[in-house]
Amino acid sequence: MQDKVLTADEVVAGLSDGMTIGIGGWGSRRKPMALVRAILRSPLRDLTLVSYGGPDVGLLCAAGKLRKLVHGFVSLDSVPLDPHFRAARQRGELEVAEYDEGMVLAGLRAAAARLPFLPTRAGLGSDVMALNPGLRTVTSPYSDGEELVAMPALQLDVALVHLNRADRYGNAQYLGPDPYFDDLMCAAAQRSYVSCEAIVPTERLLENGPPQSLLLNRTHTDGVVETPNGAHFTSCAPDYGRDEAFQRHYAASAKPEAWEAFRAQFLDGDEQTYQKAVAAFHESAGSRG
Amino acid sequence: MITRAEVCAVACADTWQDAGAALASPFGTIPSIGARLARLTTAPDLLLTDGEAMLLAGTTALGEESSSPVEGWMPYGRVLDMLTGGRRRVMMGASQVDRYGNQNISRIGPWDRPKVQLIGVRGAPGNSVNHTTNYWVAKHSERVFVESVDLVSGIGHDRARQVGAKFHDVRVVVTDLAVLDFTGPDGSMRLRSVHPGVDVADVRSRTGFELAVDDVAETRLPTDEELALIRETIDPRNLRDQEVPA
Repeated sequence: MQDKVLTADEVVAGLSDGMTIGIGGWGSRRKPMALVRAILRSPLRDLTLVSYGGPDVGLLCAAGKLRKLVHGFVSLDSVPLDPHFRAARQRGELEVAEYDEGMVLAGLRAAAARLPFLPTRAGLGSDVMALNPGLRTVTSPYSDGEELVAMPALQLDVALVHLNRADRYGNAQYLGPDPYFDDLMCAAAQRSYVSCEAIVPTERLLENGPPQSLLLNRTHTDGVVETPNGAHFTSCAPDYGRDEAFQRHYAASAKPEAWEAFRAQFLDGDEQTYQKAVAAFHESAGSRG
Repeated sequence: MITRAEVCAVACADTWQDAGAALASPFGTIPSIGARLARLTTAPDLLLTDGEAMLLAGTTALGEESSSPVEGWMPYGRVLDMLTGGRRRVMMGASQVDRYGNQNISRIGPWDRPKVQLIGVRGAPGNSVNHTTNYWVAKHSERVFVESVDLVSGIGHDRARQVGAKFHDVRVVVTDLAVLDFTGPDGSMRLRSVHPGVDVADVRSRTGFELAVDDVAETRLPTDEELALIRETIDPRNLRDQEVPA
């Protein structure tokens, strides 16, 4: 079987400018943040991001990596709005395709099934139609004749997701309460990369959780990255919760000068430097929030 | 002394009465109290989550770790599927709402370069065409109740008519001043009741469009049982007073 273990930087080195990237997780939960940080360090640009958005969106906005965002919301959950996303939008810098959450789901399902679109009621009558002038409706060919939105497939060049455990071959497991849409993101993508808290031997995967926790099988996985604390500062239950103190610091640092300092302290080095800086942040702050 | 927050919570609770065995999705403190109160009184079959993926058999206090037995699993994917089947009811917030119940939570100002970027349309377009949707506004003002919303996230009665949205069911808006419904002319907003101590004129002056006003009742007070449940069981930390000051 093919060994798919890579580093985060190797994953990112395989990406190209202008790609459409799907990022898993939801809000500020189980985001593949180590992979996002590797993108921040790279020269990649003009990306289109498809995301149930959290700080992945904010960080990529702050670094000027995005040309376009396809989303239904951007939130840090305990902090309702991401300040970098807001700032980028309010400066008019970021193109967006904004859909209902269920429309994003329909678009990913269509892509995963190699269908051009899937019908949905969501979006009818709302300004989502006007915001996305390419959107079309379709009339049911059956006797009901209902008019529905034809949500186009959201085809991804690459999916990036973070799970709790994986083996070297790309079988990956979530141990938290919610799979989010990571399996669908991977199925909708040409190539998928999974970062995880720990790589374990295949025969030990079921020591951690039941068979139904094995969310991804290796058909969908092109690379596996072991990156402990790799979802930080988002949550990765049950391995760790959201780092609320750090998230508040991130949000409070969004003004230009404070952001320079934040970037220098946390983001300019590699992942190891980041994790050390986070540990130092908590030591100086006293306790982890 | 009964607080305004408690009156609001009971008004929210009343919106769940006929929901049956539906998934309740309340957003905000007062709607969350309302849904819990409804389950403990008039709507015992409501499904409630822990705010993440667990359905809880018990009714836990706000802001406290749950020790309730789990009765089911409701990850986001299932929520999105279930809502299209109609067995869900929400009480959402609204940054803006107009006379027909068109709601905006996405952005204020021009679409391409918003003055204020908010959270995004979230599930509002889908909720409002698939199942019963009500709104909660913690601070009734002309900034929220506007002649025309900057962006339609959740659709109102006029839009629903235009597109033939057969499952559209936007019923009420509960605010810190009043309960409003859509039984005015052409499905427009009507003042159903004002909370104790609030004048009809107050509501009108803080609403940016003409409300239909006919028989305006006074919003009912909580019963002793409801008050005890709110104060002792559901919200012992008084989180409700932060959302609607006494």
